[in-house]
Amino acid sequence: MSLLETVHLKKYFGDTHAVDDVNLTIEEGEFISLVGPNGAGKTSFCNVVSAYYSADSGKIIFQGEDVSNASVTQRVKAGIARSFQLVNLFDDLTAFDNVALAIFSREGKTRNIAALARRDSEVTREADAVLNQFGLAGKRNELARGLAQGERKLLDVALAYALRPKLVFLDEPTSGVSTRDKGQIMDTIASVVRGEGITAVVVEHDMDVVFKYSDRIVVMHQGAILAQGTPAEIRKNEQVAMILIGSSGPDAFSRKD
Amino acid sequence: MSLAVAKKGAITSIGPSAWRPAVVAIAILLVLAALPSLVDPYQTVLLTYGLIMAIAALGFNLLLGYTGLLSFGHSAYFGAGAYTVAFIVRDLGAQSMELCIVGGLLGALLISALFGFVCVRHTRIFFGILTLALSQVLWSLAFKFFWVTGGTDGIRVASAKLTLLGGFVNFAGPGSFQRFVFAYYYYVLGLFALATVIMWVIVHSPFGKALQAIRDNETRASFVGISVRRYRWIAFVISGAFTGLAGVLWVPLNGLTTPDILYWPFSGEIVFMTVLGGFRTFTGPIVGAVMFNYLKTYAVASTEYWQLLLGVVLVVLVLALPSGIVGTAARLAARFTRGTS
Ligand SMILES: Nc1ncnc2c1ncn2[C@@H]1O[C@H](COP(=O)(O)OP(=O)(O)OP(=O)(O)O)[C@@H](O)[C@H]1O
Ligand SMILES: [Mg+2]
Repeated sequence: MSLLETVHLKKYFGDTHAVDDVNLTIEEGEFISLVGPNGAGKTSFCNVVSAYYSADSGKIIFQGEDVSNASVTQRVKAGIARSFQLVNLFDDLTAFDNVALAIFSREGKTRNIAALARRDSEVTREADAVLNQFGLAGKRNELARGLAQGERKLLDVALAYALRPKLVFLDEPTSGVSTRDKGQIMDTIASVVRGEGITAVVVEHDMDVVFKYSDRIVVMHQGAILAQGTPAEIRKNEQVAMILIGSSGPDAFSRKD
Repeated sequence: MSLAVAKKGAITSIGPSAWRPAVVAIAILLVLAALPSLVDPYQTVLLTYGLIMAIAALGFNLLLGYTGLLSFGHSAYFGAGAYTVAFIVRDLGAQSMELCIVGGLLGALLISALFGFVCVRHTRIFFGILTLALSQVLWSLAFKFFWVTGGTDGIRVASAKLTLLGGFVNFAGPGSFQRFVFAYYYYVLGLFALATVIMWVIVHSPFGKALQAIRDNETRASFVGISVRRYRWIAFVISGAFTGLAGVLWVPLNGLTTPDILYWPFSGEIVFMTVLGGFRTFTGPIVGAVMFNYLKTYAVASTEYWQLLLGVVLVVLVLALPSGIVGTAARLAARFTRGTS
């Protein structure tokens, strides 16, 4: 049984076919990169699968169950988590509280009204461990709004990760981050995700990064899946090269212009 | 001196951050407890009103400061508490203040659960308008059913007949009002302290953190698995219960409940005292409520145009201290400690 299966998934915005009849199957443990030019529908696909938007038609099957009509919180509880292209944090809470909240929620502890949050040593320990994994331990007590862009991106991913999901969508986790920090962030994410055996779908524009980390690459164009395959297969695909970088021929992806 | 040394010892052994607020709170409580023997009864009454409104504002601020919802209808829950007490005393002949509290809380819970259920379906201005509209419904009901509510005359609740602490303290015999004022001050002070501790725990609990997360980013809150609407509703009900308790305590002191406390300007006063004190801080609503109560009392006493005077003073204060009295004080204190260390 596949972890996730979308069947004829569609989402239109007026005349824009943001997600156009997408049939995608994701196996457990895969590290998938979702690529495509701007406006290809990558974010829309994540939005529909994570219930940010409801689909116009089609089905979403997660672990064999139809979750097409499940709410955001229901899908989160089922094990689907995500981060956001535009950072989405609890800005007036500290980095620690951001992560701790995700853990409290996962454990069903946010119902607890009569105990002090900081007295929960289990959650405190885990939240600190997560911050540490993402290299944010030093920023523990800073408000999320005060963090640097790269740190905010990482914290956004850490929130999704702290839910210990089965499937996580990371929408451009390195956008707006300097090229120097990019590799480091992707290393962190890849090691954490692989270490936990989490299935990940990462939206990414940088093809060097994509080829380096992915098990499989899915190319979207105008809302539809144009091609998918291993990094080696995609590297050879001239149509993909044409659409992604506007040129083709052997080694189109490794030429730097 | 020895007390100070003892406190200092406790501070260094357990850590200053956890103990400093508790020590300050106990010190303030001791001062408040000593006050009635130092000032005249009028001042005691005034402070009692201030503490009662502080409970109301604390409840209100669970929604505004911690959940990010601005209610313009908290008069409804204050009034629900107050009127329930009046009914209990008049129609059931009850004398026990504790019975009044239980009944009044139930009344406020009922109304806030009902109104909250409708209001939390919306946020921002729509939420505010709905809370306002529903509170006005309650207000107009108080007129429509005047044979029950007494209409504009309201319902009298004689303090002399009430008993505190399960009948242990009563006010029969001579000097009734003086004795009531004195005892009731401590009664309110005790409940105020209890309410403050409970609210403090709530906002520092995992539940309280979830509310703050909803306030900051409702979308992300749902994406970490929090049922936003349900949490808002629970916050609404708790908020209403606190404000309802304030209404309960207010009635015996005022001796009368009238539709004024159900009318929207009263909701506005609750908003104002909270903003005045600083809704981004835990103690802001408490300070704001006590201050507002003094300001209003002296404005009323000093001029016929007290509303104008009060309005101008409040506008100036809010413009000068946008983060409220406590918010501004905290910033100054932070700057001061940074400057010295
Ligand atoms: N909420 C919306 N309302 C209207 N149109 C939308 C909405 N969201 C997305 N679209 C449109 O759907 C198409 C796909 O957008 P989407 O954001 O999914 O692309 P993307 O692949 O994530 O692009 P990028 O790489 O720029 O993030 C675009 O044409 C976009 O304008
Ligand atoms: Mg996108």
